[in-house]
Amino acid sequence: MSERTLMSPQDMHRALVRIAHEIVERNRGAKDIVLVGMQTRGVPLAMRLAATIQDLEEITIPVGSLDISLYRDDLSSLSLKPTVHRTDIPVDVAGKQVVLVDDVFYTGRSIRAAMDALIDLGRPQSIQLAVLIDRGHRELPIRSDYVGKNIPTSNNEEIKVYVKEVDGEDKVSIIAPAKGVADENS
Amino acid sequence: MKTVEPGPGIATPETLPPPSIAVWQHRHILDLDDFTREEIELVLETADAMAEVLTREVKRVPTLRGKTVVTMFYEPSTRTRASFELAAKNLSADTVSLDASKSSVTKGESLIDSLRTIQALGADFIVMRHSQSGAPYLATQHVNCSIINAGDGWHAHPSQALLDLYTIRRHLGKLDNLKVAIIGDIMHSRVARSNIWGMSTMGARIILCAPHTLLARGMESFLAKCQLPNVSIETDIEPALEDADVVMLLRLQTERQQSGLLPSLREYIQLYQLTTERLSLARQNVLVMHPGPINEGIEISPEVAHGTQSVIEEQVSNGVAIRMALLYLIAGGKNK
Repeated sequence: MSERTLMSPQDMHRALVRIAHEIVERNRGAKDIVLVGMQTRGVPLAMRLAATIQDLEEITIPVGSLDISLYRDDLSSLSLKPTVHRTDIPVDVAGKQVVLVDDVFYTGRSIRAAMDALIDLGRPQSIQLAVLIDRGHRELPIRSDYVGKNIPTSNNEEIKVYVKEVDGEDKVSIIAPAKGVADENS
Repeated sequence: MKTVEPGPGIATPETLPPPSIAVWQHRHILDLDDFTREEIELVLETADAMAEVLTREVKRVPTLRGKTVVTMFYEPSTRTRASFELAAKNLSADTVSLDASKSSVTKGESLIDSLRTIQALGADFIVMRHSQSGAPYLATQHVNCSIINAGDGWHAHPSQALLDLYTIRRHLGKLDNLKVAIIGDIMHSRVARSNIWGMSTMGARIILCAPHTLLARGMESFLAKCQLPNVSIETDIEPALEDADVVMLLRLQTERQQSGLLPSLREYIQLYQLTTERLSLARQNVLVMHPGPINEGIEISPEVAHGTQSVIEEQVSNGVAIRMALLYLIAGGKNK
C-alpha cells in the first residue's frame, strides 16, 4: 500500500473558499440557504463553508448534520457497524435551499440515502450537492453542483480525506493497493 | 478561513463518540451476559439516534423495509410487546403478532413446531416471551431467524435492562460507580438478573435488597462464581437506600408467589415499601425506577411512584428507542 498526498491544507482551503463563492453566486445571495453536512467529515466541511459565506454575506447560515445509516440500501451486508449518529438540523428545511456537503462523492448511493433522509424531514425548495472530492464511478444518475477537485480513480484505490476537526490535520490522499492484491471493489 | 461556532445541539467532533469500529456480532439478543461494555455502549448510542427519529413529525425511517418481525408471546405483556411492535413499525418492518392463548398452541402445537411455522411464513426476527427460562436459546437451535428474548421465565429480559441503562445514562451521564439499589422480589425477577449483568459491565455498584425468602437461593455463591464483586446483598431496606443514585423497585409477582415465602403482605409493605420518608435516605437527585406493571401501595407508595424523582414513564418511552436500536443492530450482525 502506498499513500500519496493529492491536496495540501492550502489546496483544501482554496477549494472550500471557491465553493462558498459559487454557492452564493448560484443562489444570488445566501438567503434561505441551509448547509447540511453528512456525518462524519461532511459536518466540519459544512461549518467552514458556512463561516466563509457568513463573512461574505453577513448573515447567519444554519448548519446541520445528517446521518444516513438508517437510509442505506446495504444494511444486511454490513458487519462492521459504524455508530449511528444523531441527525440534527436546527431549522425546518421546508422551503429552504439545502446544500448537502460531503467529503468524497463516489457511487452516489449515500447521496441517494441523504436525499431520502432530508425529504423525510420536510420539503426543501431545492437540494444541491457540494463535495470536496469527486472520484467518479457513479452507480446512480446523480451529479454534484459544486466540486472541490475531480480525481479520476480506479475502484481499488481509496481516497482519504483528513479534516483538522476530526483527524487533526487537513489533507487529501490516495491509497493505492499493493501489487497483486485483488480488486475488492469496495 | 475561520471555523464557525456550532449552534447548540449540533454534533461537533468533540462531542461525537470516537469513530467506532466496534465489531457487532450478535445475531440474537438473549441476555446481557455475553455483551461487552463496547457493545452496550453501541446499543445506547444507537438508541440516541433512534430517539431523534421519535421526535420527528413522521416517526418512520425505511431501514428494515421488507423485513418481518413476529412477536410471539406465551405470557401476558402490555408494554414490552407494544414497544417492540412500535419499534419495528418505526423502522418500516412488517409486524405480525401471535398471541399464544389464541393460536395453535391451544391445539397442542409444540414451541418448536410453532417456531418452524413462523419461519416458514417468512419471519426475519422473532421476538419471544416464554414462561420457561431458556426457551429463546432453544429457539435459536431450531430456526434461522434472529431471536430476541422479550423475557424468559425468571432468567433474562435484556431489552428491559438496556432501556434501564439508557434511562440512567440520560439522567446521570454515566453508570460508573453509581450506587444502584434493586429492591423487591429478586428471586422471580428476570429484570434484576439482566440488570445485574448490564449494570456491572457498565461499572455500577449494585445492592440487591429483599427478604431472605425472596432472594434467589445460592445468589451469594453465584455472584462469587461469576466474579461480580460489585454486587452485594442486603436484607434491610434502609442501608440499601443510603446514598443510592438509583432505586429500582421490582413488582411483587403475586402470580408467581409460592405460599410461605412471605408471612404476610402487610409485613412486606411495612418493611420494604419505598415511601417518601425512606427515599430521603438516598441522594437528592435519586432516580426511582420500576420495570412495571406497578403494584401501587405494595412495593412502592403512590406518592413516590408519581413523584418528582420517578422516571417510570420515561422508561416506557425509552423502550421504543432501545428496541429500534436492537432491531437495527442485529439486522446487520453476523453470528453469536
